[in-house]
Amino acid sequence: MAQVVAQLASRKAVRRTARRTARPPAHGRRWRSRSDTKGWIFVGPFLVVFALAFLAPIAYAAYLSLFREQAFFGTREFVGLDNYVDVFTDNKFWDGALRVLLFFVVQVPIMLGLALVAALAIDSARLYASNFFRLIIFLPYAVPGVVAVLMWGFMYGTNFGLAADVNELLGTSIAPLNKSWMLASIANIVTWEFVGYNMLIFYSALRTVPGDLYEAAAIDGAGALRTVLSIKIPALRGAIAIATIFSIIGTFQLFNEPNILRTLEPNVITTYYTPNLYAYNLSFGGQQYNYSATVAIVMGLLTMVIAYVVQLRGSREAM
Amino acid sequence: MSTRRTPVSPLTPRRSPLLTGLMLLFLVYTLVPLVWLILSATKTQADLFSSPGLWFGDHFAFFSNIKETLTYRDGIYLRWLANTLLYVVVGAGGATLLATAAGYGLAKYRFPGRRVVFAVVLGAVAVPGTALAVPTFLMFSNMGLTNTVWAIIIPSLISPFGLYLMWVYAADAVPQELLEAARIDGAGEIRIFFSVALRLLAPGIVTVLLFAVVSTWNNYFLPLIMLSEPKLYPLTVGLTQWSGQATGANAQPVYNLVVTGSLLTIVPLVIVFILLQRFWQSGLSAGSVKQ
Repeated sequence: MAQVVAQLASRKAVRRTARRTARPPAHGRRWRSRSDTKGWIFVGPFLVVFALAFLAPIAYAAYLSLFREQAFFGTREFVGLDNYVDVFTDNKFWDGALRVLLFFVVQVPIMLGLALVAALAIDSARLYASNFFRLIIFLPYAVPGVVAVLMWGFMYGTNFGLAADVNELLGTSIAPLNKSWMLASIANIVTWEFVGYNMLIFYSALRTVPGDLYEAAAIDGAGALRTVLSIKIPALRGAIAIATIFSIIGTFQLFNEPNILRTLEPNVITTYYTPNLYAYNLSFGGQQYNYSATVAIVMGLLTMVIAYVVQLRGSREAM
Repeated sequence: MSTRRTPVSPLTPRRSPLLTGLMLLFLVYTLVPLVWLILSATKTQADLFSSPGLWFGDHFAFFSNIKETLTYRDGIYLRWLANTLLYVVVGAGGATLLATAAGYGLAKYRFPGRRVVFAVVLGAVAVPGTALAVPTFLMFSNMGLTNTVWAIIIPSLISPFGLYLMWVYAADAVPQELLEAARIDGAGEIRIFFSVALRLLAPGIVTVLLFAVVSTWNNYFLPLIMLSEPKLYPLTVGLTQWSGQATGANAQPVYNLVVTGSLLTIVPLVIVFILLQRFWQSGLSAGSVKQ
């Protein structure tokens, strides 16, 4: 599927240039209005389920976020935007939000950088058995996130697991599940899970670069590095923007990793370690449904804003 | 890949042992956890603690571990496997069907309101799935849907990203002339979809299906909050429950079962990926010919 994603990115670019050079013939007349409304037959079923599973929960959460439980009377009171004011002044919320922001700033560039290097190496034709590398590096994507966390969680353990072996071998006392190491340990799990997926997005985009470009570059005397910098990296712009946006969405909803590792180290991972964990624990630990809905909405909005800003920057650079 | 560069002598670089060596490090990083998992699945619980992580233990307990995993607590693992399959078949299958039909409809019909659908669905792609989960739980619990299979299946049916992929794919893969010809022959719109369009859309459908299968098979957050009845759990939630058994007041660690159960959970998806590899690659090349 990564291929298709990358392809969409590059196809879009192709279409953009095509549009610039030649206006397509007017479509309007060819579409017969008779069959037009029949499009609803195909779109309708999706929209019905979409409304139930997507729009209704958002609307319901927005509604809930305007009320507050009355502990004594068991009733709800309309409080306007008070819950939102509370979220923005809630230290626990910001603690989690800043943590995922830090995670995004550090982990995402490392992961995408590794993926880029791997994609360029596999595409370079200088590698022995490049198909094998591609398949194996992609493999973790097929491993359910939960299994990945359980696996790494065991390996991080200082009782059994690899951390114990390494410590014994080197005489060190590395404890990946310590307070100071935990975020890095989570970052490692996420990197392991998704580096291959991003590699495939980049690799597929590289495959769509026309061969004549490389020939022209070779004739002009461009070396390998020059080709990478002047042809390959620019060709990857759309793919990098898409991978970044996926990573933003993934990072800001970080939940599985901290929630599962919490069973190993409940003192290190707080109930508000990430905003999503906070929303979850507010609902299921504290029964504060209204406030939990507000946290979910604020976090969704923040993610969309950041994804939008990155996309805007990305498309401006591409122009 | 029609534009795939052919190996011309001045352009074909020499294979580099150095680069291959560096990539081998990458490979080791990728494989160490998986090798660890496979080796650990051959160990008894005692050996897990006493033997080195990347070597075998004293006893080869692989088959007894599998047997114990499948029979522990009256075979609840098999029940979780069946649940996962149900959620994958109905959820991912349904999601693919809905996304395919809707993507085709949006690409091939100009009906009023099309732009609104476009804007709403595109906005939905950016909504983080888990941010939606808590609100969905609150709504479903009001409707009495929590703790039923529908709580898992209904949200899985929607894949805005799948719709987007199918839409872009259908726009190119199904020629308008073909639809017109079928209409002139007197075929109805639904019949055209099933007998003409579906075949042309097949590579795109496999891609969307694969995407949906992975996300439903891996689904953890949604079932975690929706289900309180262990008999409805999918594998992911069940495994974390076994893992959680190791701590707490009545700790009953079953590490060997968690490890073996994890390995068994990975196997089907890896097989699906390898089997479908050819399909999505053909989908890829079919798409690029058109460029």
